[in-house]
Amino acid sequence: MSSPLLLSGATAILPAAAFHDLFALLRQEGFQPVGPTIRNGHLVLDCLDGPDGLPRGWTTEAEAGRFRLQHRQDTAYWGFNLGQESWKKFLFPARLPVVTAAKHHGAISYAPAANHVPPYAFIGVRACELAAIWIQDRILLSGPVIDPHYAACRQAALIVAVNCTEADDACFCASLGTGPAATAGFDLALTELCGEGGHFFLVQAGSERGERLLAHLPQQPVQEGQWQQAQTLVAAAARSQTRSLATDGLPGLLYDRTEHPQWDDVAARCLSCGNCALVCPTCFCFSMAEETDLENVTASRWRLWDVCHNLDHSYIHGGWLRPSSKARYRQWLTHKLGAWLDQFGCLGCTGCGRCLVWCPAAIDLTAELQALRKFPPKE
Amino acid sequence: MGKRLKVAVWKFASCDGCQLSLLDLEDHLLALADHLDIAYFLEASSAVTPGPYDLSLVEGSITTPADAKRIKRVRQLSKLVVAIGACATAGGIQALRNFADIKEYIPVVYAHPEYIKTLDQSTPIAQHIKVDLELPGCPINKYQLLEAVKALLHGRRPRPASESVCTTCKRQGIICVLVAEGVPCLGPVTETGCGALCPAYHRGCYGCFGPKENPNTSALAACFRRLGVAEADIIRLFRTFNAGAEAFRQESLAHEKNH
Ligand code: SF4
Ligand code: SF4
Ligand code: SF4
Repeated sequence: MSSPLLLSGATAILPAAAFHDLFALLRQEGFQPVGPTIRNGHLVLDCLDGPDGLPRGWTTEAEAGRFRLQHRQDTAYWGFNLGQESWKKFLFPARLPVVTAAKHHGAISYAPAANHVPPYAFIGVRACELAAIWIQDRILLSGPVIDPHYAACRQAALIVAVNCTEADDACFCASLGTGPAATAGFDLALTELCGEGGHFFLVQAGSERGERLLAHLPQQPVQEGQWQQAQTLVAAAARSQTRSLATDGLPGLLYDRTEHPQWDDVAARCLSCGNCALVCPTCFCFSMAEETDLENVTASRWRLWDVCHNLDHSYIHGGWLRPSSKARYRQWLTHKLGAWLDQFGCLGCTGCGRCLVWCPAAIDLTAELQALRKFPPKE
Repeated sequence: MGKRLKVAVWKFASCDGCQLSLLDLEDHLLALADHLDIAYFLEASSAVTPGPYDLSLVEGSITTPADAKRIKRVRQLSKLVVAIGACATAGGIQALRNFADIKEYIPVVYAHPEYIKTLDQSTPIAQHIKVDLELPGCPINKYQLLEAVKALLHGRRPRPASESVCTTCKRQGIICVLVAEGVPCLGPVTETGCGALCPAYHRGCYGCFGPKENPNTSALAACFRRLGVAEADIIRLFRTFNAGAEAFRQESLAHEKNH
């Protein structure tokens, strides 16, 4: 991934008032727009009828173990960062029917589940989330086994990215080079300018499809000042990040510290609740659940999100490999920040901060890694 | 029509809610009737067929000397015993008596304490007899009961859940009330089973399904303190339907010392 601070590509200015036109155009092209919206007082990802469904005028406060939605002073559409849910919700659903089987006169027949995948337009994908999709592509699309649902959904989806002009307390994309600006992997990218100079989106096209869409939108040429303003905001969002994840020494650092006392320390605080891995946009573990009818003639199989913090995740013939919370947390962190590099050639972390925000115990992987660095294990 | 199970449903100290879950399986009752002979189920029918039984579903906790004897008889009559509900698996809400002195409160409650024959503790079934399967919950999840019956009918091992309520919240897209609203929630240490009913309505989990397999209750209590929950309220959070479950009992006692 290249420098996260540079905005490039075909650019134009879309007046905020013309934001509706983008949604109308996407619908006309057959896409189902989905993106952030507020339901029951909570920030979620769901279907959007138009820009009015967005959390306009809201901001997020996200720190370790705490999240709040707050009103903003302005009417910005994108003045918030990330909520609990990521695009994994659509690309790699939590509960997916896989196959049904039926017994008839002693013979068993199988029917793969027909999962209808609408062509989504993902509206408001942040740079760290593009990085997460890029990582999941490597895992789920690059073989040897390809996830057919992920492939179909990914293939059909259009991505409208949004560059972050503010960061939350939990964010650390800048230290990993994954944000706060989108550099690749999108069809269109928006940078919102909302202030005295007016309310605009600086639009970049990141694909041919994006360029074609952009050509259909009411637009104005970009003024030098607007370009500068966008750059300044994105750079400030990067600078404002106080959290960071240093990657030097990984993965060996973690392989050398399997008996480090910090694992006991974190195990005393960890609830093994699994929230960190469940909200992580790159975690991809699943388990299979089966259901039969009362007569035992039909059965269905489901794929469910599973996480290494669950006991049964490590069940093999004869018992469990990771009975303790310590072993489970160590597995999680050592995989995300260590073995992932060997396995997939990238980290399992994009710096989105979700795992620390949605951890009830406020456990922060950046702090845990730092602590693991600080006290080298006794020889 | 294949195998049939001769079933008895027993009630001990309880509210009948779990037995009702069986009757509440409306859509499946007719099909179930093809597989189950309900031989003893006073809640549903006064017609009684004597034992032995293939399967006994036991609701309620043991709170009287008479029940302590009766449960032994249930075991003798039954091939399989399944304890259903928080009363049968953890002593129920009535296990709050385990934290008080029975000699002190009986004269306060009853005009003629001499008529009261009760034990000083409310205890789960497994403390008295060998139990083959426990279905937790206050009340139980009727689909877990159905799944257990299916498994027993077809000779499978029932697959009990072993995950936090949080897992269910996240799979269902329920936004965490602890993190996003500052509401104390027992979900991280509680076995899933209810479909995360309370968090879906902005309430913290009450722990109806009891402690999950490795409940780090002291770490969760530390989270509650961080949210500003008082020690007395932390005790109350751990002392509801599963007050007698060992992990919750220990945690509530630990806070009694600080209180
Ligand atoms: S490990 Fe945490 S910060 Fe990194 S991508 Fe996953 S949720 Fe985000
Ligand atoms: S690190 Fe936090 S979110 Fe993850 S399992 Fe432990 S307590 Fe739960
Ligand atoms: S609401 Fe409660 S059960 Fe749900 S994720 Fe949060 S802490 Fe866990």
